[in-house]
Amino acid sequence: MELLLAPWPWYVSGPLIGLTVPLLLIFGGRVFGMSSSLRHVCAAVYPGKVEYLRYDWRKEGLWLLLMVLGLVVGGYIGGNVLRAENSVAISSETVNDLSQLGISDIQGLAPVSLFSWSSLFTWPTILLLVVGGFLIGFGTRWANGCTSGHGITGLANLQWPSLLAVTGFFIGGLFATHLLFPLIF
Amino acid sequence: MSLRNKLIFIAIGIYFGIVISKSEAISWFRIQEMFRFQSFHMYGLLMSGVVTAALSLKVIRWFDIKTIDGQPIEVAPKETKPWKAYLLGGTCFGIGWAFTGACPGPLYTLIGTGLTIMAVPLLFAFVGAWTYGYLKPKLPH
Repeated sequence: MELLLAPWPWYVSGPLIGLTVPLLLIFGGRVFGMSSSLRHVCAAVYPGKVEYLRYDWRKEGLWLLLMVLGLVVGGYIGGNVLRAENSVAISSETVNDLSQLGISDIQGLAPVSLFSWSSLFTWPTILLLVVGGFLIGFGTRWANGCTSGHGITGLANLQWPSLLAVTGFFIGGLFATHLLFPLIF
Repeated sequence: MSLRNKLIFIAIGIYFGIVISKSEAISWFRIQEMFRFQSFHMYGLLMSGVVTAALSLKVIRWFDIKTIDGQPIEVAPKETKPWKAYLLGGTCFGIGWAFTGACPGPLYTLIGTGLTIMAVPLLFAFVGAWTYGYLKPKLPH
């Protein structure tokens, strides 16, 4: 039980993440990739006159929206029921770098000083959550996939577009972390 | 869709949600550590995930495994885009990944853990996806 409650090491959780691909293929006949769910929700809620959103979302996407429901439940279980401590074992160099940016509450899943409702109307939080969220939706739909669809499924299937997309993920992430963060904080 | 199939997708979602929260792949701190190259954790996760998925696909093809409904298994995407879309779209997402510390899957999972503020980036991820659809005819592809 203690092993279950502690964070799982990468060599346990990595293969378990990878197994999602054959599980979905064999038991659901579907290809793993989470970001299409954003499109399906738009198509279901407000397709407007946008060609990209006018399709049968129930036929294409209901399975993924059900999986999304599971993800929320899984997050509740993994983040509460199966969780003993609130600390994160990140490297001391990262702790150091973040404290130089003024981020010193290193616990939980994100710094509460930035990721809380009470900080919502401060500039760093608006940038991180509003602009960041927008770019997740815009970018993953433009690139046709995210970390799961390209990073796991696409690379495992040796699809070269996925390697390009993952290269882009890192160009963007490194640019944001090393050039934008010092300007934001 | 039959009730059985619905329950299967919900169950796989629960499985994936538990695994990514226990792996700390949904932690903003871990994503920062990754983009600063200060730990092997996230790279180990991604690489062992890819290797496991790749071996699984080999096994599926080798033994010609079918879905539980007897259908053949097809993985390749139906449409591909020109290279600019992957690189430029990927770069946009990368910035969002570093900002929020989350990919689309973790956005939902984080809300489940109780970090309800992640409903804000999720809402704007929907706006972003909608905007992409609106601008699609005008974007370089």
